[in-house]
Amino acid sequence: MDITKDQYSEEHQSAGKPVKPKNISVIQKAVEARHRRRKLVEQVLFTTFRGAAVINGLALFIIIFFMLKNGLSAITWEFLSDVPRESMTKGGILPCIVGTALLGLGAIVIALPIGVASAIYLNEYAKPGLILRTIRLGINNLAGVPSVVFGLFGLAFFVTYLKMGVSLVSGCLTLAALSLPVIIGSTEEALKAVPDTYREASLGLGATKWQTIYRVVLPASLPGILTGAILGLSRAAGETAPIMFTAAVFFTPDLPGSIFDEIMALPYHIYVLATAGTNIEATRHLQYGTALVLIALVLGMNMAAIVWRSRIRKKLK
Amino acid sequence: MSPKPKMTSSNLDFYYGDFQALQDVNLEFHERQVTALIGPSGCGKSTYIRCLNRMNDLIPISRVEGRILLDDEDIYEPSLDVVMLRRRVGMVFQKPNPFPKSIFENTAYGLRVNGVKDKGFIQNRVEESLKRAALWDEVKDRLDDTALGLSGGQQQRLCIARALAVEPEVLLMDEPASALDPIATQKIEELIHELKELYTIIIVTHSMQQAARVSDMTAFFYMGKLIEFGDTDTMFTRPKLKQTEDYITGRFG
Amino acid sequence: MRNKRQSAEKLMQRIFFSIAGASIAILFLIMVFLFMEGLPIFGVVSVGDFLFGHYWYPTSDPPDFGIFPLIIASVSVTALSSVFAIPLGVMTAIYLAELASKRVAEIVKPTVELLAALPSVVIGFFGMVVVAPFLQDVFDIPTGLNLFNSALMLAFMSIPTICSLSEDAIYSVSPGLKEGSLALGATRWETILRVILPASISGISTAVILGMSRAIGETMVVLMVAGGAGMIPESIFSPVRPLPASIAAEMAEAPFRGDHYYALFAIGIVLFVFTLLFNLVADFIAHKYRQVGEASL
Repeated sequence: MDITKDQYSEEHQSAGKPVKPKNISVIQKAVEARHRRRKLVEQVLFTTFRGAAVINGLALFIIIFFMLKNGLSAITWEFLSDVPRESMTKGGILPCIVGTALLGLGAIVIALPIGVASAIYLNEYAKPGLILRTIRLGINNLAGVPSVVFGLFGLAFFVTYLKMGVSLVSGCLTLAALSLPVIIGSTEEALKAVPDTYREASLGLGATKWQTIYRVVLPASLPGILTGAILGLSRAAGETAPIMFTAAVFFTPDLPGSIFDEIMALPYHIYVLATAGTNIEATRHLQYGTALVLIALVLGMNMAAIVWRSRIRKKLK
Repeated sequence: MSPKPKMTSSNLDFYYGDFQALQDVNLEFHERQVTALIGPSGCGKSTYIRCLNRMNDLIPISRVEGRILLDDEDIYEPSLDVVMLRRRVGMVFQKPNPFPKSIFENTAYGLRVNGVKDKGFIQNRVEESLKRAALWDEVKDRLDDTALGLSGGQQQRLCIARALAVEPEVLLMDEPASALDPIATQKIEELIHELKELYTIIIVTHSMQQAARVSDMTAFFYMGKLIEFGDTDTMFTRPKLKQTEDYITGRFG
Repeated sequence: MRNKRQSAEKLMQRIFFSIAGASIAILFLIMVFLFMEGLPIFGVVSVGDFLFGHYWYPTSDPPDFGIFPLIIASVSVTALSSVFAIPLGVMTAIYLAELASKRVAEIVKPTVELLAALPSVVIGFFGMVVVAPFLQDVFDIPTGLNLFNSALMLAFMSIPTICSLSEDAIYSVSPGLKEGSLALGATRWETILRVILPASISGISTAVILGMSRAIGETMVVLMVAGGAGMIPESIFSPVRPLPASIAAEMAEAPFRGDHYYALFAIGIVLFVFTLLFNLVADFIAHKYRQVGEASL
């Protein structure tokens, strides 16, 4: 059915409230028939979507809530500053904190220059083509390698082949390989955020590409790069599987004296206490406490990075 | 002139947050007429046309004051369903925006979402709409091909066909030819001429010539205000206000 | 002077190029060393017996090196976790991209990001000490450490990946398409279902695949929560022993370069190949079906 001129005028002759044309069109009928259902479907679905988001949001808080509830009582000065005692059923977790800090920092010190340089190549030098595509594929796949496989690789390459043994340095190198894609990704984002006009201005003044990168692009993207470094650091600090075979041990009474020493680490300590400790039930509060310390460390770094990054983004807008 | 306008806006104000984009706009649109909205960019003409089918609802911080009537019904009435409104007030956008679907499915989209199931009806309506949009002869052998393979002008005519398929009463066109070449533009203009027999058409354009060619009435906007509104011929030959004359003759600064 | 600057420029470019190759070099080294340490096991068992053998008793005498139950465990845990994770992740993505106000999105997005940042050992620990007793009580089952629990925990590890990548894909659908649909009288939901989701389906598929790839390779959660039984599961509440869990649990006790050690590296190869395939498929989809954006003129 077509709306014709006649229908229109019919519709208008009656002033006041809108009057439906006598010859209601097929579409109008269909719209009216399904109208209530359409609205209902939309409401039900949108509520479901909102619910999904709520579940996701809640998951984080529920986990944190349980860790706080059961772990907070374990956190004392002694817990943070003492070494484990009496087969790890008493005492503190200082060696684990130190070990995790050293692992994370070491990994970043190694991965940051490589990651930043890779990102500079990808974003500033590389031209679209097979080489760029291959490198990207390599990075994506490296990001997808399971952490336990990194552990195997670290064991076979650093520990055995390069004869570094189960040590801090083997762990750092393994974690560096693992966090490399994270750093490349966030550095690229930081470089992309630098407006091209900066580059053009510098090149237009006769600077070479490298001079432009070094003096203009890098300083402008430094905050973004550092954010990425923090994210990479937190990722490395939280990993367990890669250090199981390469760096961490159940127990060592001393803090590491050299990079070739074995170490204790927070994530591994949680795993050990929770699954293989001498008295799993009795050390529960220590497990919660250790988990709480690890969460605080990792989420603290992440939150700082997120806040920092959103500030940078706002500034760039 | 027909006694009763199809659409009316009275005392319309529009805000983006704190910024007032439209100020006290009073306009009437009549059936079987083309009304052109002209004015320099940023004058509020696009904002205005998007108020007429409540497309601005999508902007979270926006606010409307005043009234817009469609056949005596206030379209900003809370009880009014915006989905129903948009079926009656169709819109064609500046950039052709066909869906990544076939030509047929693009045209049938509005019918399908509005719940029309009758296959024969859809078939007929698609053909009819494409014919009315002067596209049928060019696409009738490839209705199942993707719409993204069409030229820009064809895509825009497809978007018009798509809008016509749901039997709108008013057709809003937001610079429908600004992304097209002169030949495609001419086709669209001819089309507007034919379509005005059936629909109330409101078109935003930045081209003075286009406004003069296609419209019966012209409204000149400047800085969010309606400056002058009247018969297109009169507006272009004997504008009442100096400001309008300056803009139309290109002495605007 | 000019020459010096130019050659310095060339040198820098070359240096950056070679460093950018590091990722590929590492990937290559990973492969080399996995194969070097893993292939010797195939002198003891055939590839077929290794992959499809039903018994994994690496420490018996004579040992059995059949990883079929472990593969089934990994596949079923991943499949079940995607049953939770895909709807939750994609729905949250739709919510964030299309429905949430800017203010709400600014709270929810970082929360999801932080969920991704939680160390896996913490999620595993949570599954062990909180979820497992709960499941045991509610469903009256012998152990809460099972396929279901680990799938649930893994889901929350892959949701952030699925959610944020899907959101990017949905967000980058041209607003013109959305407006076009709404202007024809479609509701917001109809617009999402008929226009936005079809236009972003390749991005969402990539997100889902990468999320699943993360789940299948995740170690600590399955190590701590899956229950560790090296048998083919009979129900969703059966304890299982996925591939990564075997490697992590047994490497410490496997004699250096003994058959067991080689077999664990061979499991690493299987896992590596699994995730490599997932990633290649994701990459393929992302490139082959590039997002359909605004119609080009």
